[in-house]
Amino acid sequence: MTSPILTARKLNKRYGRVVAMEDCDFDLLPGEILAVIGDNGAGKSTLIKALSGALRPDSGEIRLDGKLVHFSSPIQAREHGIETVYQTLALSPALTIADNIFMGREIRKPGIMGSLFRQLDKKKMQDFARNKLSELGLMTIQNIAQTVETLSGGQRQGVAVARAAAFGTNVVILDEPTAALGVKESRKVLDLIKTVKSKGIPIILISHNMPHVFEVADRIHVHRLGKRLCVIDPKDYTMSDAVALMTGAMAPPDQEVAA
Amino acid sequence: MTDAPGSVDTRLPEQETVAEFDSSHKSTFHRLLGFLQATPSAIPLFVLITAIIVFGILNGHRFFSPFALTLILQQVAIVGIVAVAQSLVILTAGIDLSVGAIAVMSSVIMGKFTFDLGMPPELAVLCGLATGLFFGTANGLLVAYVKLPPFIVTLGMWQIVLAANFLYSGSVVIRSEEIAQRAPILQFFGRTIEVGGAIFTYGVILLLLLVLLMSYILSQTAWGRHVYAVGDDPDAAELSGVKVKATLVSVYAIGGLICAFAGWALIGRLGSVSPQAGQLANIESVTAVVIGGISLFGGRGSVAGTLFGALIVGVFTLGLRLLGADVQWTYLLIGALIIFAVTIDQTIRKVSL
Ligand SMILES: Nc1ncnc2c1ncn2[C@@H]1O[C@H](COP(=O)(O)OP(=O)(O)OP(=O)(O)O)[C@@H](O)[C@H]1O
Ligand SMILES: [Mg+2]
Repeated sequence: MTSPILTARKLNKRYGRVVAMEDCDFDLLPGEILAVIGDNGAGKSTLIKALSGALRPDSGEIRLDGKLVHFSSPIQAREHGIETVYQTLALSPALTIADNIFMGREIRKPGIMGSLFRQLDKKKMQDFARNKLSELGLMTIQNIAQTVETLSGGQRQGVAVARAAAFGTNVVILDEPTAALGVKESRKVLDLIKTVKSKGIPIILISHNMPHVFEVADRIHVHRLGKRLCVIDPKDYTMSDAVALMTGAMAPPDQEVAA
Repeated sequence: MTDAPGSVDTRLPEQETVAEFDSSHKSTFHRLLGFLQATPSAIPLFVLITAIIVFGILNGHRFFSPFALTLILQQVAIVGIVAVAQSLVILTAGIDLSVGAIAVMSSVIMGKFTFDLGMPPELAVLCGLATGLFFGTANGLLVAYVKLPPFIVTLGMWQIVLAANFLYSGSVVIRSEEIAQRAPILQFFGRTIEVGGAIFTYGVILLLLLVLLMSYILSQTAWGRHVYAVGDDPDAAELSGVKVKATLVSVYAIGGLICAFAGWALIGRLGSVSPQAGQLANIESVTAVVIGGISLFGGRGSVAGTLFGALIVGVFTLGLRLLGADVQWTYLLIGALIIFAVTIDQTIRKVSL
């Protein structure tokens, strides 16, 4: 059996009296699309924030390629090739699309203008951003220098997904990437997810949309009450089974947790 | 698109509505707002030019001369420099009430260290600049790491620095002649260049260079982008890889250093070192920033706008004085402009949300 690329063991996280994660385990296999499903408030976002460095778990361990990691900020996770689209998107509305895509990893001009005067290579960043967006077929942006606040909700989501897909080298995490999208745009994001997978990069996909989950997922991690309830193969279960599991209407299968 | 976008969805995707991506039929009003959003200094520039023309017509050559127009620059130089520092802080959605106090404290250090401690004036100037940097950094650390509201931190710092300034200086003025004789470098920014009838003090040139430099840094460097991102939405900035705390500390620290330069320029303007000076610089700098179109909610605006804001105040002040109007008219009109500017900002922000 292949060894997982990203694992978590016994993660705990409390917010005051609210237990957001309780002895939560997690495994992501190389090259797979792992869907994470669960009720509102089950703790899905909390889990992936721990994996992406956005929050520190109170206890527990996370391993990347078998090596213990302690991310104290999203920058550190990014340096390890883990890119995340957060549920809130984490975009700066008053800045441009290119500014947002390169936030925290700006490209400077070559030569003295870049090294001494720290000038950004806006053209290079805009070209890159434009290429990525059109390559992903995500949208028809008239002007890459327009601010994010002038975009529709779906377009914003497209920008956030494009940013993660463009830079993710190890793991791409998507927290409800199709939540605000219409049919066409959801389709594009799903195709994009498959494209990223075809490059051999594993993906964690959080979604409430069962058709989407069952279309793309190799395995489904069912999250309930702050921990992993079970991992199921979408070929062996129906959508209603999955919903029954996550709401507690069905008991989890007897299993020695997959992977 | 915040949390909880809905519960389990087992519908087929085909039943969802198609999102509209078309934004071509915007109204003219929206296009205007879009333009103002992208160019926040357009309105203050327009107001400034209009005010110059109106006062030029009303006052004639007394106002519309190189001498009078550069006099305005001289009169706004100190507040303008302080307002550049204030701009940085307000761009991060903060506010700095201690700017004026830090400027005066720095100037007092420069004077006292030269005359009381017998330091070489150059070294005393460096100590004064370090003082500004120190208090600015203290503000930044309290805002970023102790997570206190900027208003409270700088309200406290204002009192602390002002009191320290009075305690240390005993409110004693160091006279202009003495400085000119023994430490002329302290009055460096009071020196002038004359071109035609126009008179530029070095302080004015400092202001203009500072505005150019900050405009470049804010729009052309990564740090500048981060300042806007932090003011726009600190959580989003953090998640997308900005070191929010370090950015905040550097903003307040640089703000403090700029204030120290303002303190140095203040000696040039007054000739003397006066512990009583600059008492209103904090309010006047906020006024320039707000009239200049920088949003008090952070993330929007430019230092060019701030310069225009400071100049608008200067133009109104001199223009009305030449007309023989009561000085209260200046305050009344500036007050109205502040409210007008914030109304515009609110409108722009509402449209964007
Ligand atoms: N910053 C916070 N402060 C306090 N409580 C929090 C915070 N973030 C999450 N929680 C709590 O932790 C629990 C798990 O939240 P989380 O956002 O991880 O759920 P989720 O599974 O992602 O839900 P959804 O499907 O609605 O996105 C919830 O009870 C939530 O109220
Ligand atoms: Mg969530």
